[in-house]
Amino acid sequence: METLVVVVLLTFLAITAIGIIVLRDLLGAVILLGLYSFIAAGAFVVLDAVDVAFTEAAVGSGISTILFLGALSFTKHEQKKRGHDSFVALLFVVVTGALLIYGTLDMPHFGRIDSPAQTHPDLAVRFIEQSGSEVGPPNIVTSVLASYRGYDTLGETLVVFAAGIAVLSLLGLKRRRPEDDMPEDTPDHLPGDPLSGNANENQTHY
Amino acid sequence: MFATAVVALLITMALTLARALMGPTLFDRLLAVNSFGTKTVLLIAVYGFMTGRPDFLDIALVYALINFVGTIAVLKFFEYDDLGSGAYQEDDF
Repeated sequence: METLVVVVLLTFLAITAIGIIVLRDLLGAVILLGLYSFIAAGAFVVLDAVDVAFTEAAVGSGISTILFLGALSFTKHEQKKRGHDSFVALLFVVVTGALLIYGTLDMPHFGRIDSPAQTHPDLAVRFIEQSGSEVGPPNIVTSVLASYRGYDTLGETLVVFAAGIAVLSLLGLKRRRPEDDMPEDTPDHLPGDPLSGNANENQTHY
Repeated sequence: MFATAVVALLITMALTLARALMGPTLFDRLLAVNSFGTKTVLLIAVYGFMTGRPDFLDIALVYALINFVGTIAVLKFFEYDDLGSGAYQEDDF
């Protein structure tokens, strides 16, 4: 039963991905991206990776939809037609994907008992038996993430933080103007029909 | 019994997915995605009870909240063609 649910969810995932690629309407593509994340999160839950599923749902379906919409307000709603043939790009993607799949062949199969993480003499047993008294939280994954590999998590956080600062400094932080020239920018016309694609009307104050 | 419910939910999800992909207008897509999210919530809940882990219900509830946030953001974009500028508030309320 579990296999059936996972296979069906992954099929939905593939269908949605193809649908996003084919779709020319960018707003529709953003909506479908939220759907994609939801399916992925459901598959993660069924595969027992609840923490990953939470992250996927919150980041993929929640915040990145909003970020994409924010980006979309700067541009048109319709994807530009490409004149040239992107065969080389497709070739690169296929080769890279094939290499990555080839790389996973060496890894232990999903759920194998004799994988290195399971057979290491101290690792799993120690985490299961000692993490409650050593760290505290009943969830062992939390203990591993926040304490046993705490420096690693700290480094990840630093990288994400630095990337955020870099993006903000590239985009420019002085976007808000003083309050007194706000009324000039305030649009008093009706906001345009989002379906007709006139996205570049009320952006002057942004 | 739970297995039947899971299969029924998967079929419903396939139907809403078809509407989301084919949907002639954006509102069809949005409604389909929203109800697909609801179906995911139900699937996780039913799946939790089927495998004897009713605490999946909490996860399902959080999913319902996240689904709501995304839909609200897209609807706001539909209405104002813009997110978070704040300038429309005096005019429109």
